[in-house]
Amino acid sequence: MGTTASQLGKDMLSEYQELTFLTKQEILLAHKRFTELLTKDEKDLPNTRVPMDRILTLPELKSNPFRKRICDVFSTSEYKDGGLTFEDFLDLLSAFSDSATLEIKSHYAFRIFDFDDDGTLDCGDLEKLVNCLTGETDDTRLTPEEMRQLINNILEESDIDKDGTVNLSEFQHVISRSPDFVSSFKIVL
Amino acid sequence: MTRDSLITSENDVDIGLEFEGLEDEVDTFQEEHERERHRGKRRDGERAKKKKRGNGERRKRASNAGQEEEKLQARREKKGRRKRSSSDQQAEGREGDEAEQPTTKSSKAAKTRKNVKNEKTRKVEKEEKEDEADDEERNAKRKKKHGSNNKEENVEDGNKHTVKEKAGEVKKKKHKKVVETSSEKETSEEEDSEEEDSEEKEVRPETLTPEELETLKEAVDERKKLIQGLRGKPWAMKKKLVTLRESQEFVEKYEGALGKGKGRKLYAYKVMMTKKWMKFKRDFENFKTACIPWEMKIKEIESHFGSSVASYFIFLRWMYGINMILFCLTFGLVMVPEALMGRPYGTIPRKTVPRAEAPSAMDFAVLWDFGGYAQYSVLFYGYYNNQRAIGWLKFRMPLSYFLVGVGTVAYSYMVVIRTMARNANESGVGDDNSFNFSWKMFTSWDYLIGNPETADNKFASITTIFKEAILEEQESRKDDNIHLTRFLRVLANFLVLCCLAGSGYLIYFVVRRSQKFALDGLENHTWWERNEVNMVMSLLGMFCPMLFDVISALENYHPRVALQWQLGRIFALFLGNLYTFIIALMDEINLKREEEKIVKFNITTWEASLYNISASENSTAPPVTIQPADVPRGPCWETMVGQEFVRLMISDTMTTYITLLIGDFLRAVLVRFLNYCWCWDLEAGFPSYSEFDVSGNVLGLIFNQGMIWMGAFYAPCLPALNLLRLHVSMYLQCWAVMCCNVPQERVFKASGSNNFYMAMLLVILFLSTLPAIYTIVTIPPSFDCGPFSGKKHMFDVIQETLESDFPAWISKVFSSASNPGLVLPFILLMVLAIYYLQSTSKSYKEANVDLKKKLQTQNEENKKKNKLAALKAQMDLEEARKATSPSAEHQKNNNASPDQEDEEEDRGRGQRMYHSQNGRSPPPPRHDGYLPATRAPVPRNYHHGNQGSAGYLPGFPRESEARMHRVSSLQRH
Repeated sequence: MGTTASQLGKDMLSEYQELTFLTKQEILLAHKRFTELLTKDEKDLPNTRVPMDRILTLPELKSNPFRKRICDVFSTSEYKDGGLTFEDFLDLLSAFSDSATLEIKSHYAFRIFDFDDDGTLDCGDLEKLVNCLTGETDDTRLTPEEMRQLINNILEESDIDKDGTVNLSEFQHVISRSPDFVSSFKIVL
Repeated sequence: MTRDSLITSENDVDIGLEFEGLEDEVDTFQEEHERERHRGKRRDGERAKKKKRGNGERRKRASNAGQEEEKLQARREKKGRRKRSSSDQQAEGREGDEAEQPTTKSSKAAKTRKNVKNEKTRKVEKEEKEDEADDEERNAKRKKKHGSNNKEENVEDGNKHTVKEKAGEVKKKKHKKVVETSSEKETSEEEDSEEEDSEEKEVRPETLTPEELETLKEAVDERKKLIQGLRGKPWAMKKKLVTLRESQEFVEKYEGALGKGKGRKLYAYKVMMTKKWMKFKRDFENFKTACIPWEMKIKEIESHFGSSVASYFIFLRWMYGINMILFCLTFGLVMVPEALMGRPYGTIPRKTVPRAEAPSAMDFAVLWDFGGYAQYSVLFYGYYNNQRAIGWLKFRMPLSYFLVGVGTVAYSYMVVIRTMARNANESGVGDDNSFNFSWKMFTSWDYLIGNPETADNKFASITTIFKEAILEEQESRKDDNIHLTRFLRVLANFLVLCCLAGSGYLIYFVVRRSQKFALDGLENHTWWERNEVNMVMSLLGMFCPMLFDVISALENYHPRVALQWQLGRIFALFLGNLYTFIIALMDEINLKREEEKIVKFNITTWEASLYNISASENSTAPPVTIQPADVPRGPCWETMVGQEFVRLMISDTMTTYITLLIGDFLRAVLVRFLNYCWCWDLEAGFPSYSEFDVSGNVLGLIFNQGMIWMGAFYAPCLPALNLLRLHVSMYLQCWAVMCCNVPQERVFKASGSNNFYMAMLLVILFLSTLPAIYTIVTIPPSFDCGPFSGKKHMFDVIQETLESDFPAWISKVFSSASNPGLVLPFILLMVLAIYYLQSTSKSYKEANVDLKKKLQTQNEENKKKNKLAALKAQMDLEEARKATSPSAEHQKNNNASPDQEDEEEDRGRGQRMYHSQNGRSPPPPRHDGYLPATRAPVPRNYHHGNQGSAGYLPGFPRESEARMHRVSSLQRH
């Protein structure tokens, strides 16, 4: 722990604490876990970007159906390859932490569900979302008929302005009333 | 144009060109841009003020970048206006470079600029150029300043022609508009800039007027607020870092300038203290989280098994906390004082092992049953002396014993009810079912799940949930044979009732039999016969739920309903067992009291004979000293009850642990290793690994706690033992879960069941305090053991204390207060108060629902309105485009990446037109042919920085702001 602390620097640590919902211990743990993902020569470089496939080896993300989306959303990489720097990683953990606000959680949830990055959840996004939730195997998949019905129902409920898509404010409106969103939208290291 | 304005324009051109080079790096929002334009126009109008304001703005921006040091320098030099301004501009350009590099960029801004460029090439007019440059410069200047999102601020975005033409009229109008529409923040910032600018003139902060100080303070506070709220902004870390640093610098810079003389010192001190306090708070927060026990363990489990399994462990930890308090109470106020200050062991009969038991008192078997030395120790009620005050502290032991007993119960009630209320508050938000499907869709994944198997189970369960929901929605489900199902259900319930009755009878029978054994003397019987009661109870608790599970297969309920039935039945079973146990104990208590009467009689004759002997021998001789061990004594039913509960607790614990080891660990080991040489797949097939049974475990924990509450009065050691048990089971179960359990097949949400368990705990608490209170109130305490011996009732100790330790009037008050004439009205008053509170809460709830409805309809209306408006805007846009520039079309065709820019332009104009027509002109005739084509890009485009129609919702100002940030961070790639 001591070595990681010195690597991170006191100023940075306090700034990170200021800017995220994480505690000191969590940041240090995150740093430790993140440096474990780095290869030897990468460790010496500051601000290294860990490619997505290596991030996805983390057990916390491994079985998450939205893992690729999560990486994409939090990545600041220019190549859109989903690689994360340590700061991106902290952003991720902060949004998924216990104490993050509903607002920030729902914001990121929206972006995660917005598969084509167009700013609204349209039928395609919802279909992909359902497929993610029901898993890859065929026996758990919904039939096209069921899918259509389900998406129609969802749009009926949450698409308040009836434009055929769910936008961020509609999404947040729906999410803010949900009893278990905050408790389930969490990732802990 | 006067000379002044021309000069600035020229300068602006330079800057503008500079910025064009940095296109990608400029970060701005549309409204800021626009606001800047307003301001620019106002500047034209109010020439006298112009310089000042411009300075202020620059100044402000500079401070943003943390470079006003340079600026001040430049200002102090007092050179010619032109030179100075140009140097300022250069500084700004530089700053722009530096400041914008790290900040997030919005492509929207870049695109606007591109558009602007387009126009430029289209119409090579100098004026136009100047204007654009002007625009851009201010644009850059004001960036990052405003987060607020006013509708009208988008007015006339990038529309230079109109502005130029209507210059005179528009100037006024705009001014008015700004005043009208600007939010508070805006005004404050305006003041702010003016204020700063005046500060610049006078340079030293000491000479500031109070109002200026006030505004500066406001600015500083705003920055502080920004720093506070920064973590709640969905920006990338880099941007947050930069903003944080800037704001901190700003705050540091100006904090010192605030306040004058004494006030200033005080202010500086206050600031320092707040800083220290913040740091302390943060450290304390860190410390607090580090102090939460088993946090890491629980998080690990949480990440493997999801939140429902973790909720059991959180519940366990919560229980541990409560028991810790109970333990502290009993240990600190009862056991320790008696052990330290009370009479030592062996001084009086009740503190000595009787002669008959002495030889075996140290045997392990006896101690294990809490007999022998364990029975005659502080662990049990009987050991305590009825001396009113003990030790040099004059500690009122019996009173303390009584109050601790009452306090334990009161504290438990308080904690449980408080937790329930808090849970109800938390879950109170989600009481409406209007978003049934959406919730299932958006919130059903538990992101904590980190185990592939759990994930698979979750997938399956989500699929079933979806399918069920669809089915329910269609309401096409038909019961194929309703009579058969009904019959089966009735049958199942009948069987369960039989089970319950059977188990109740068995326990009663066993307890009676054990009394017979006890009368015969325990040592004549086998281990089984001695521990029959506890073993039977534990075994029933273990096997009956399995039986119920089998029976419930008959009923063919929905799994969730089935689980509830199952829980209800187990609850009934446990409760029945516990109560039969208590009833049997009551019988035993009555038997003991009979025995006690006989013993009491015997003792008087014994004492009399003793007295007679001593009197006859020698009347002057010292009284015969009798060993306390030889004194005959009563059966002391309180200790017996305590012992029973302790034994029950121990055997319950043992069964739990043994089941854990055999049922989970051994099974897992067997399945794991025999699988290599077995004819079918053990892991996937019949035995497989065991699941972690959350509800069963929670129930077990609750009933265990019920036993503690019941028995704690008669055995002060119970909380301590329970603490030990919980501690061990925390580690043992954590280990067992991680190493040999598979996740549940049916994963239930934790949040829904939280209060359900709490309610159960409350019921158990009530039911377990009932018999304890009954015995305390009605049965007279034993005559020769315990702190209340010699009194008629245990609660007489209160009266005694009142009479002897307090002045007379208090006891008088109490006795008059306890007469029925006063008590009954008081109770009536309480009932009325409860009724009143309940009815008010009901009316509040109704009002809440009404408000919710209102809000919803309003939102919907707003959305509709906005949609209409957006539609109109589209038409106008078409119109405008057609009307204004046929050359634009031409231009676009030549463009390298026409799509985006076209859209961009569309958007900008669309918004502008929409707003302008909103205010003034009637909508132009619509061009139907263009409608679909232009309609399409609107929602699609918002991602590039434009807001979709919903972005203008007055009800959702923050969302749209958030979206803006989000856009910029997206575009940073």
